[in-house]
Amino acid sequence: MHVPDGFLDATTSTGTAAVAAAGVALALRGSRHELDERTAPMAGLTAVFVFAVQMMNFPVAFGTSGHLMGGALAAVLVGPWTAVLCLTVVLMVQALVFADGGLTALGTNVTLLGLVAIGVGYGVFRGLRAVLPATRTGLLASAGVGAFLSVPVAALVFVGLFGLGGVADVALGPVTAAMVGVHLLIGLGEAVITVAVLGAVLTVRPDLVRGGRHLLRARELAPRPDLAGATAVDAR
Amino acid sequence: MGAGHGGALAAAYVPGDSPVHRLEPHTKLVAVLGFALVVVATPVHAGWAPLAYAGFLLLLLTVAGVARVRPGRLLRGLVVEVPFVLFAVLLPFVSRGPRTDVLGLSLSESGLAAGGSILAKATLSVLAATLLAATTDARALLRGLERLRLPTVLVQILSFMIRYTDVVGGELRRMQVARESRGFRGRHLGALKVLGPAAGSLFIRSYERGERVHLAMLSRGYTGRLPAGPIAVAGGRAWATALSLPLAAVAVLAGGSLLG
Repeated sequence: MHVPDGFLDATTSTGTAAVAAAGVALALRGSRHELDERTAPMAGLTAVFVFAVQMMNFPVAFGTSGHLMGGALAAVLVGPWTAVLCLTVVLMVQALVFADGGLTALGTNVTLLGLVAIGVGYGVFRGLRAVLPATRTGLLASAGVGAFLSVPVAALVFVGLFGLGGVADVALGPVTAAMVGVHLLIGLGEAVITVAVLGAVLTVRPDLVRGGRHLLRARELAPRPDLAGATAVDAR
Repeated sequence: MGAGHGGALAAAYVPGDSPVHRLEPHTKLVAVLGFALVVVATPVHAGWAPLAYAGFLLLLLTVAGVARVRPGRLLRGLVVEVPFVLFAVLLPFVSRGPRTDVLGLSLSESGLAAGGSILAKATLSVLAATLLAATTDARALLRGLERLRLPTVLVQILSFMIRYTDVVGGELRRMQVARESRGFRGRHLGALKVLGPAAGSLFIRSYERGERVHLAMLSRGYTGRLPAGPIAVAGGRAWATALSLPLAAVAVLAGGSLLG
């Protein structure tokens, strides 16, 4: 669910647009360590993946369904800067082609779903990864907690923005409670899917999980001793 | 790409040859953004605001008429705002301030104004964006963004996204058909055990395709820049046509604040 036009006043929208522009500029600079211009195809396909996965709905509660935001997941998979760029492009396509999320609210959406969600998700992930043991379970747990927290924090920041520049005079207490409550549930779904996706990728192509590079160990090629005899027989 | 390709992204485009379709994409982008800005800048609590919204709607319907975009297409575009309709309907009940009685319900006056204006503004800009998407195909939008100096890396990510959404969407659909033909129904939380790994293998397939495309491009001499065709120059007339929409909206806004 993206913020549409008219939800926040013009000043707040302009402010978040400036924040988003600064964040994307930083990401463009930072992503040079992760990707160069020539590896744009990979970033492009990651954006397509985020876009496709957002179309997969999962049941939340009371018959409602939610979908993955994918910020934390993308950050662990391809690195935070590239993830910001991918999410920005996905949000642009959703606003321009599907009118999902307002054009003047694009800055707000990039700030919330791109910068805040990825910042929180990846920050928590890095913090926990440093503390937890360097194993597959430790990695998955840190990513799961990061993904879980990224959703309610993004919702909280939205409530904050709404308090600053919302067009309605609403008591912020109940709104905060409702928003955070719902998004805790959505965050659980986000965490479960993030862990499941990362687990699947770690099993098949662990080298594609950028946040899990430390788990890869260089292995030397060695003949399996028990097969040596069998090959000799085949060669005959 | 022939007809039927492009999947989700191409579905938004309604082919046509109207003056709106023929406008340069970057002028249309600027026009729609300008229009959305004017709509958002309309004061919420002014008495003449509903009249201004009606004026904006009339402008959009005129453009839709010129572009020959059917009302059904516009209405389908509105589906994305459904969650916000719910929020806007709740506002009069939860807002603070002086209250008024409507049909025996005690509603907040400022909540009514705010809920109504959120609804009107969101609807108007969704309609404007739907018109843009209906008259401009995804690749033209990309060219427009490129002309508006979107950073190269973003343009390239966007161009790959436009090209491969259909391919990855197809993989997603095939996986879904395979799951459902094995009796899978995603009705409860246990479904996540199946959907998670499915998304994982979708990522691996997407990324590996990205790697293959990348290598194929490198072997054909790709240097990090895609050769673009000649840049179309939009003349003063094109700009004037495109900007007539936001300028008319500004006129409506100015008229409202002077007369109201």
